[in-house]
Amino acid sequence: MAFVFFAYFAVVSIVAGILTVSLKHPVQCGLALLALLLHVSGLFIMLNAEFLWAVQVIVYAGAILVLYLFVLMLLNLKTDDRYFHAKTPYLLAPAAIGLIYLLFLLVRSPFSGAKGDATSAAILLNGDAHAIGIKMFSEYLLQFEIIGVFLTGAIVGAIVLAKTPKSIETRRDA
Amino acid sequence: MIPLSAYVAVSAVLFATGLLGVLIRRNFIIVLMSVEIMLNAATINLVAFSHYLDSMQGQIVALFVIAIAAGEAAIGLAIIIVVFRGKISTNVDEMNLLKW
Repeated sequence: MAFVFFAYFAVVSIVAGILTVSLKHPVQCGLALLALLLHVSGLFIMLNAEFLWAVQVIVYAGAILVLYLFVLMLLNLKTDDRYFHAKTPYLLAPAAIGLIYLLFLLVRSPFSGAKGDATSAAILLNGDAHAIGIKMFSEYLLQFEIIGVFLTGAIVGAIVLAKTPKSIETRRDA
Repeated sequence: MIPLSAYVAVSAVLFATGLLGVLIRRNFIIVLMSVEIMLNAATINLVAFSHYLDSMQGQIVALFVIAIAAGEAAIGLAIIIVVFRGKISTNVDEMNLLKW
């Protein structure tokens, strides 16, 4: 049963990713990206990460993607005739060969490492959000604060960049 | 039980798709969307290893990656608006003012 769900989420997210980079109209690309994000969040559920599922749906699909669609609608882009790079056909074959080789290596290699203490049973005891919260606000508190400062800087930067510049005459008067 | 290499393979395919999108697409907004695909592939990898190695660290870093993606989207779209205001184009071939 788990395998069926994994196959569905994996196949649909890969197909949606390919559609995102190959569809012609930017709004259709945005909708394909939405499908990709929702199915990747399904993969998070398969991995016992419910909190990341919620964050993925709310922040990625709810906020970031709406920002993209908002800018797309605002700019009212017309579809270009030449929307791919001129050398695209020559890029595709080496990319496919490299990807097949990479997959061959990945599927064959045995992954292992030092096991931690957060087993599935330990996480399911109090829930994923509880486990993340305990870890985040004890060991990773400094990184959490740094992310807060980073996001503030990003918001201020975005507002400063997108602000309508004053014309030169009004600047001279001031 | 699904093997870890299945998740890693899905993540590799998605990352390659995003990288190809960054390289071949000429619309700046689609290029940013391809970067989001690559960040999502990295997040799948982090969460999968976090699950299979019984550690919380991967999920914490995945949260940080999502925060970075939000900041990147905000700044990138602001840059697109500024460029579009001046040149009426989002084609990356025509944005060559800073090219040396």
